[in-house]
Amino acid sequence: MSQYYTATDHFVLVPAIMLALFGCAILLFDFWVFPEPKQRKWLLAFLALGEAFAGYGLWQQHTYIAGQGIAELTAFQGSLVVDGFSLFFNWMFIAAASIVALMSYRYLEVEGEHHGEYYSLILLAQCGMYFLASGADLITLFVGLELMALCFYIMVGFLRSDKRSNEAAMKYLLLGGFSSGFLAYGFSLLYGLSGSTKLSEIGVAIARRDPADPVLLLAMVTTTVGLLFKISAVPFHMWAPDAYEGAPTTVTAYLSVGSKAASIAFLLRIFLGPLASARAAWEPLLVFAAIASLTVGNLAAISQHNIKRLLAYSSISHAGYMLLGLVAGNETGIKGVAVYVLVYTFTNLGVFLVIVALRREGLVGDNIDDLAGLMHKSPGYALLMLICLLSLAGIPPTAGFIGKYYIFLSLIQAGRYVLAAAAALYVAVAIYYYFRIVRSMFMSDAEDAGAMETTFGVRVAAALTGLGTLGIGIFPEPFLRFAGQSLIR
Amino acid sequence: MPESYVELYFPVFLQVLIAMAVAGGMIGGSYLLGRKVKNRIKDTPYECGITPTGSARGRFSVKFYLVAMLFILFDIEAVFLYPWAVVYRELKLFAFVEMFIFIVLILCGFFYIWKKGALDWSQQERPPEER
Amino acid sequence: MLHPITPAHYLILSAALLLIGTLGVLSRRNIIIILMSIELILNAVNINLITFSRLFDQVNGQVFAIFVITVAVAEAAVGLGILLAMFRNKETVQADEIDLLKW
Repeated sequence: MSQYYTATDHFVLVPAIMLALFGCAILLFDFWVFPEPKQRKWLLAFLALGEAFAGYGLWQQHTYIAGQGIAELTAFQGSLVVDGFSLFFNWMFIAAASIVALMSYRYLEVEGEHHGEYYSLILLAQCGMYFLASGADLITLFVGLELMALCFYIMVGFLRSDKRSNEAAMKYLLLGGFSSGFLAYGFSLLYGLSGSTKLSEIGVAIARRDPADPVLLLAMVTTTVGLLFKISAVPFHMWAPDAYEGAPTTVTAYLSVGSKAASIAFLLRIFLGPLASARAAWEPLLVFAAIASLTVGNLAAISQHNIKRLLAYSSISHAGYMLLGLVAGNETGIKGVAVYVLVYTFTNLGVFLVIVALRREGLVGDNIDDLAGLMHKSPGYALLMLICLLSLAGIPPTAGFIGKYYIFLSLIQAGRYVLAAAAALYVAVAIYYYFRIVRSMFMSDAEDAGAMETTFGVRVAAALTGLGTLGIGIFPEPFLRFAGQSLIR
Repeated sequence: MPESYVELYFPVFLQVLIAMAVAGGMIGGSYLLGRKVKNRIKDTPYECGITPTGSARGRFSVKFYLVAMLFILFDIEAVFLYPWAVVYRELKLFAFVEMFIFIVLILCGFFYIWKKGALDWSQQERPPEER
Repeated sequence: MLHPITPAHYLILSAALLLIGTLGVLSRRNIIIILMSIELILNAVNINLITFSRLFDQVNGQVFAIFVITVAVAEAAVGLGILLAMFRNKETVQADEIDLLKW
């Protein structure tokens, strides 16, 4: 330890170090220690070990923060910060990455593209997410974002001999790279406006500026465009349906929860941090993006036959709800966004898990008709799907209701009655297309009688997502309290 | 001191003029003075005196792209060595350890591509499912 | 009278590069050229960063620029890798011939 790398710096960095270390270790062990295809379960074990170490580091940060009664712990001269917000999101990333890894093993075997790199990419992407959730410096945030995005580009194109996977990866990369460029341009102007890359100092400098300064507006608009791309909000959503459909289903699951949650964390850090004083300028943009996301997402989802594409549009509409929480801007709203993201993580993973479990030799399982008669074939998974779809639609007693409730409550508290009414209207539309899936599962007869082949890992993941979706819905208090602590002050 | 941009850039303009005059003079001079011989050998592309082989439109092996990609990845890591070298005296042992970790990480990537056979130039094209 | 080159000149240059890059991404069909346009945008960012870094006489901007360069290269490498995989299966580098998924 030296003055450039203090004990505090190390303490804050431990989870990221563990993720990167185990990511690289899996990459090397894949051909070095466990070269046989049968030994790949050891790589999965290594991933679990990496998550455990990262979780231990996170737990120590958690108890330290709570024990000292401090709001935040900064490191590296303020480039990284550990606070309730970063802890909340990082716990969520650990849960998401673990569940995705559990459901991946058999799926990749069936697809015939089972490689050790996959587990390494999951960990490295999560390392990028760590920096997105706890970064407080433009450089840290940008590098974290790109680390996450690059891992996802590769994972989306993981089925190398599948043309659709190639295409999805290419489109995702081109549009993702484009949006990163815009975001970086916005960041460079923010740096120019304030003379610092620290979010806190940028905030102070921007608060002193005239809100109608054209350079400030340009910086804000380019940053907003980049961020909206990342959370796939309309009008920058074009990549999402293609990337979701073409990617391997497990990667789609990770993309829809991990990447989205990290991007929302990033968005909240920027808008509630340095750009908070320019609220009057960005609020109309976000209102427009939120309403457009709700409209396009919900209406386009109605006519989809591919369930992954349907979920992509549904995920676009959920981005709209999350933005509404930020638009309301009060404490309930921000807490609502945090809870919404948490709920969405478990629920969406549950839905994708059922699709992953359906996949077997000769059945892709991503068409709505493939779910026909699931109730008769395997009632357990049909029930999980039902719970998760109810939660996505926001019907009590599932978790989705809690998330939507807080978003609506915050809008009403902020006096945004029109927005609240519009958002409530789209819930009705959403119920319609989610119930198309339910009807297919329960009302139609199975076209083929082949039973589902599941593994222990898939069953554990199913239990976790089901428990999460129901548990948060029935006992929301601890989660709400945790989310309440996570507000950015 | 030059007073205007015209004056400031006048030497550059002059150099451009001289360069054009020299180049034009050489081509024009050889056109006027040289003997004109036309045959097939004269019309072939000049490849340092060696008889050209194959078509210029032939496709490059995909390996060139792969090696170019890997080259630029490892090449760009050197960009971090420059600022490191500048502050090395100031940071002493800390800088050494940091760069050591960085190089180890790069070596991880290097071993990975090595063992995956990406550097194996002589190897024949493998079927797609193995690549 | 000599007019000095001010930061504003650099900012206009970088804004022009951003615009050219954006138009390139939106209008070109060849994927390699789209990737090059994205590089142009990132170079616009670098010009901005170096300008401000010089203006404020501090190194933050230069460090940021180095990271942007690295990220740009990594992105290009991954992009070319995906392009190679796609070319093996499909034999095209034209963006509008990628049409299995609705664009």
